[in-house]
Amino acid sequence: MARFTPENEALAREVIARYPRPKSATIPLCHLAQEQDGYLTEDAMAHVAELVGCTPAEVLGTASFYEMFKLHPVGKYCLNVCTNISCQLLGGEELLERAEERLGIRAGGTTPDGMVTLEDVECIAACTEAPAVQVNYRYVERITPEQLDTLIDDLRAGRSEVPPHGTLGTTRQRTAGRLANVTPPEQQGEPVWIARHRVAAEASGTGETS
Amino acid sequence: MNSPSGTGAAGGVGAAAEGVPAVVSSRFEVAEGHTLVGYKTSGSYRGYEALRAVLDMAPDAVTAQVKDATLLGRGGAGFPAGVKWGFCPPGVWPRYIVVNGDESEPGTFKDRLLMERDPHQLIEGCLIAAYAIGAAQVFLYVRGEMPHAQERIAAALNEAYEANLVGQNILGTDFSVDIVLHWGAGAYIVGEETALIESLEGNRGMPRLKPPFFPAAKGVYLQPTIVNNVETLSNLPWLFNHGVEAYRAVGTEASPGTRLIALSGHVNRPGVYEVPQGTTTFRELFEAEHYGAGIRDGNELKMFIPGGASAPWFFPEQVDLPLEGRVVGGEGSMLGSGAIVVMDHTTDAVRACLRVVRFFARESCGKCTPCREGTTWEEKILQRILDGHGRPSDIDLLLDVADNISPGPYPVAADPANGLDAVPFPPRQTTICPLGPSSVAPITSAIRRFRHEFEARITRRDPIPVTAEPVLVGAGAPADEVSDGAPDAASDGASARLRGTFDSGAPAVPADGPRVMSLGATPGTDAPDPGGSEPAEVRDAGAEDASPAAEEPTRKRGSFDV
Ligand SMILES: Cc1cc2nc3c(=O)[nH]c(=O)nc-3n(C[C@H](O)[C@H](O)[C@H](O)COP(=O)(O)O)c2cc1C
Ligand code: SF4
Ligand code: FES
Repeated sequence: MARFTPENEALAREVIARYPRPKSATIPLCHLAQEQDGYLTEDAMAHVAELVGCTPAEVLGTASFYEMFKLHPVGKYCLNVCTNISCQLLGGEELLERAEERLGIRAGGTTPDGMVTLEDVECIAACTEAPAVQVNYRYVERITPEQLDTLIDDLRAGRSEVPPHGTLGTTRQRTAGRLANVTPPEQQGEPVWIARHRVAAEASGTGETS
Repeated sequence: MNSPSGTGAAGGVGAAAEGVPAVVSSRFEVAEGHTLVGYKTSGSYRGYEALRAVLDMAPDAVTAQVKDATLLGRGGAGFPAGVKWGFCPPGVWPRYIVVNGDESEPGTFKDRLLMERDPHQLIEGCLIAAYAIGAAQVFLYVRGEMPHAQERIAAALNEAYEANLVGQNILGTDFSVDIVLHWGAGAYIVGEETALIESLEGNRGMPRLKPPFFPAAKGVYLQPTIVNNVETLSNLPWLFNHGVEAYRAVGTEASPGTRLIALSGHVNRPGVYEVPQGTTTFRELFEAEHYGAGIRDGNELKMFIPGGASAPWFFPEQVDLPLEGRVVGGEGSMLGSGAIVVMDHTTDAVRACLRVVRFFARESCGKCTPCREGTTWEEKILQRILDGHGRPSDIDLLLDVADNISPGPYPVAADPANGLDAVPFPPRQTTICPLGPSSVAPITSAIRRFRHEFEARITRRDPIPVTAEPVLVGAGAPADEVSDGAPDAASDGASARLRGTFDSGAPAVPADGPRVMSLGATPGTDAPDPGGSEPAEVRDAGAEDASPAAEEPTRKRGSFDV
């Protein structure tokens, strides 16, 4: 399963072209693979390795460091409940317990129907809007226990606008044909505008160089 | 229900006080503020006008103005941006800029707002910085768990490229730079600048040892690299529209300008507020109607975190300190990432402490032993204390483990009631980066003030007493010195304990007797709800005869080594 589709491979090459060194595209490409398959498969990591010019083990080494890369299938929806301090103070841990009870799974688990994976997560930068949860990283803020119940029921029934797990920002940066100056560092010299001002300053005898 | 971003109905967002300029938050409430048109037609300045002005200046002059303005970094360390830019070794090319949008310090919520609601402001800030230092490329590193911010920035960048504001020959000049949107994938440590660089290179996000090399000398691809926080760069367009003088007119000499403060926890109006640095006090933030509007339910303040989870805690004695990095540092904590977490008297200090420590244990990257092993042990010990399996030696064991991560006296707030002085920031470290030492902050803070709560967890079967009042260390003190409804003789107005509702100063509890924690000598009255799972707040009014010292042979004055 699951090397990049031709469309995604083309997209991957466009992403790689943004970086002075291809390996920098490892994380974006792993995201793309996860968007395609819902999780990060071994074949996808091998394909990423080919594209960025490293070994599959290096891709795995990188991917396994990061929480968002799932090396095994997860639910269509990841329900992330923040229990960190600001949310804890306003009931985040109780919400997590409630979700566990309602879903019949522990944090980290996935419902047998494959719809929901529940996670106990660290601060998601919504602290003033605590308690906060995310569904596939889309926020639901100041959520009440009753709203959480409804949300869970909706997710189990597939009633949600949120894109399936793996899809993050749906607007892509379009760079094809637009980039000014991506080259490996060793091919880059002093930028023109810097040189122009340096020369001018030297000519007038006032300048320091930067 | 899936609100794309974080405005609270009940809370506030943006500049709230009259007379405070909205330097970075002026488009937070503007519906189309995130578009190019919105950026050019709304807010406290016209979008991309500053860029035009800057392109007529010499790059060095731009850096000089940023230096003159004393634009302090808003990512945590508060280092002046202009000075940092000047650290790039002369004549070494290419240089890169990495924008730190990895916001994940618990309590912190401001960079996400800036990215979601005013992406062009950030882009213009990046362009000004890139022009000044001569960057070939800017990498905008957005936290992985923020798809909406990613979308807004992608859309804004696409607009900006199309309008010739980014890319080749910007606005027809010889200035060319690319801005590349990059997403992370979930790891707090990647917010640390050298880990950020590792991550950007496609590696595990583990910090690099520094010194010898700081990113400004050897960063991305071992080239000179400036890492700046989202909020830091978002200040630049306003700064170059209104000038250094206008910028310096706000705040204080050492900390000019404004800061976005995320005020969370037990206040009536949690929110993200743009406040003047240096002049605003914590009390004002907690009490003022346009900020926090008081502690919830008229409760007492027990403690607060002044600068994100990594910051040592403050207590009611510190509420009158200004939001000034140097002052707060001298008093034993830091302003960090502008995240203030307020905890009222119902907060269980052990539980709060464990939660923060657990965060660091989970997020330790594992590169160095004191942090990897130490944070794990800290979490384990705290967890067993909370679960009722603590051992009498556990408190000292915790402090000992902590001392191996951050040796010597750890920064902590003064405790005037016990005659203990503050230990100034920063902590020492045996580790590669400051994450490990950060895990010590909640431990030393909580144990110094609320050691009795830890001890009670270890020794008592009853619900744990939780109050805002620390029990005196070596509590042989006469009862009337312990505390009551009025500021005690030792404290002047400035350091008077806050109690009661914040604004009225009225006692929340009847001052019908000295409130002494009963630790062990437990009258039957203080177990109000045996069935409750919540740690009950127990006040033992009138327990004059309780003698904690007699019950707590393990507690000794000065056992906390500061
Ligand atoms: C463990 C750790 C986590 C950090 N997380 C962040 C972060 O999420 N965002 C941020 O801007 N800075 C973070 N920092 C601070 C950065 O290392 C760096 O100082 C900052 O991005 C520099 O930007 P500034 O000078 O504009 O503040 C973190 C530092 C440490 C040690
Ligand atoms: S202190 Fe912790 S997070 Fe920092 S490098 Fe060491 S192990 Fe990693
Ligand atoms: S603590 Fe929950 S969002 Fe920050």
